[in-house]
Amino acid sequence: MIDQHVDIQILLKRLDFTLTVDLRLPAQGVTVLFGPSGSGKTTLLRCVAGLEKSYGRISVAGDTWQDSEQQIDLPTWQRNLGYVFQEASLFAHLNVQQNLQFGIKRLEHHQRAQADDALSAAIELLGIGHLLQRAPASLSGGERQRVAIARALALQPKILLLDEPLASLDMARRQEILPWLERLHAQLRIPVLYVTHSMQELTRLADHVVLLQSGSVQLHGPIDEVVSNRTFAVAVGGEAGAVLQGTVIQHDDVFDLTQISVLAGRLWVSKQALALSTAVRVHVHANDVSLSLSEPFDTSIQNRLPGVIREIVQDVHPAHKLVSLDCHGQQLLARVTARALMQLKLDVGSPVWCQIKSVAIAGPQDLSVSLKAH
Amino acid sequence: MSNPIAPEAWQAIVLTLELAAVTTAILLVVATPLAWWLSQTTSRWRAPIGAMVMLPLVLPPTVLGFYLLVLMGPAGWLGKLTEWLGIGLLSFTFSGLVIGSVIFSLPFAVQPIQYAFESIGKRPLEAAATLRARPLDAFFSVALPQAKPGLFSAAVLTFAHTVGEFGVVLMIGGNIAGQTRVVSTQIFGYVEAMEYSQAHWLAAGMVVFSFAVLLMLARLKQGSDRVLS
Repeated sequence: MIDQHVDIQILLKRLDFTLTVDLRLPAQGVTVLFGPSGSGKTTLLRCVAGLEKSYGRISVAGDTWQDSEQQIDLPTWQRNLGYVFQEASLFAHLNVQQNLQFGIKRLEHHQRAQADDALSAAIELLGIGHLLQRAPASLSGGERQRVAIARALALQPKILLLDEPLASLDMARRQEILPWLERLHAQLRIPVLYVTHSMQELTRLADHVVLLQSGSVQLHGPIDEVVSNRTFAVAVGGEAGAVLQGTVIQHDDVFDLTQISVLAGRLWVSKQALALSTAVRVHVHANDVSLSLSEPFDTSIQNRLPGVIREIVQDVHPAHKLVSLDCHGQQLLARVTARALMQLKLDVGSPVWCQIKSVAIAGPQDLSVSLKAH
Repeated sequence: MSNPIAPEAWQAIVLTLELAAVTTAILLVVATPLAWWLSQTTSRWRAPIGAMVMLPLVLPPTVLGFYLLVLMGPAGWLGKLTEWLGIGLLSFTFSGLVIGSVIFSLPFAVQPIQYAFESIGKRPLEAAATLRARPLDAFFSVALPQAKPGLFSAAVLTFAHTVGEFGVVLMIGGNIAGQTRVVSTQIFGYVEAMEYSQAHWLAAGMVVFSFAVLLMLARLKQGSDRVLS
């Protein structure tokens, strides 16, 4: 059995920056490389692609691309990967069709028929069939990135590397392309490394998260574990929260609500156009969770879950504490003031009620589960 | 005035165009890899070699012509080499003129191409590498086509600059009718012989030609700006 994992053990030294990474990433699903700018996310991605020289070992799905001890270091063009750059990198002198064909023309003859099929599937998946004769300059930013992704997928790479593919787009374009990425996520059977510093992209697309800070890995693991980890929560500040997996169980047509069942209980959200029993992922921000000693009935807040305090840590601001809660095995995060904790005499082990002011649907589908099912 | 341009003037015009065409063709082949190297390298030789390439821009053509003459003459190493090869001396020949013109116009060819390569940046080449293109393949399929406007202005500038050269030609080529006498030296000859009206026709022709070339370049630049914006 071939080892399908992605193994990255590298060291890269620059004058004012050192990147040290030792990671084993799953063979399927989206791994988000997350961290502030300058943390080395893009550099790490470029090392995997061979665009940046590093010392160490990189192997993808059984292929060794780099092993400095054995003097192995394949040039980028020999690494079977797909790469999408932050800004559109379509060739300006070629039209969309020619851009899409660029890589295929460079494959061996016997691989081309398969690549053509893969390209047709990618064109379909990303909805760019109507753009084939256009010049890159005439496309919108979102369309360009979709073409760039299809161009990368046509080569049936062993890994897809995406370097902040939405960073150069405005908010509206981002919302337009995210569903395409989610669709990609649901159908792709290869590992994807996705660099971003956007919490929204992370909660919507990630199965696995690697948190990088000043060139080293602070944390990595499945999204629900990483996101509710305190190191992560402190790192992302106001965006801190928990990602919960759930299913749609009912719609309320009178009040335009949808109910989602999660491990800890049931949550009402504003009505979503999702079929019953669709798997969804919800993001509950720590700022939207408040704590109470008894179940509050005289409140406008609809979502209440009972839980037990597992851990209390200092937040960045001295007034705030981040409280980890265990709600029937599901972790939630609440950001509350130290003063409130003292007044309510709350400590580790205290049973509380969590009031959740708002819940964001992070993705229409729990893609990590559907991927694992295959 | 029955024939404003005398047969010897026609001969000079044809020779000038021939010299300019050959020089341009050679320079495109020589300057493109040189410009590529200058645009990509981080070597410590980049600055000195870049300066060498630019030298003909500031040196008086007579200085350049003088050294080339010495080099190609019977005492120079190039002269010795060509004699040993059985070609004979290159000074006062068309081939000698071509060598002189190539060196004289080198900066006019290298600069626009280098600038074009630099403005493409590394990204398209990196993208090509992620799409399985070897470096040489990426050069021909991505860098070169995207540098087309630069190549075109290099060709036009080289051609025009060669047509207008005088000092180098006079030093290396002398002024031999049918062999090394080009338009600029022909004009010089007319003026020396006090044949002003003949000189006028050729001189005015040069002015019109040069203006047309520069106008074309300006138009081209406008066009490419529009495409880019």
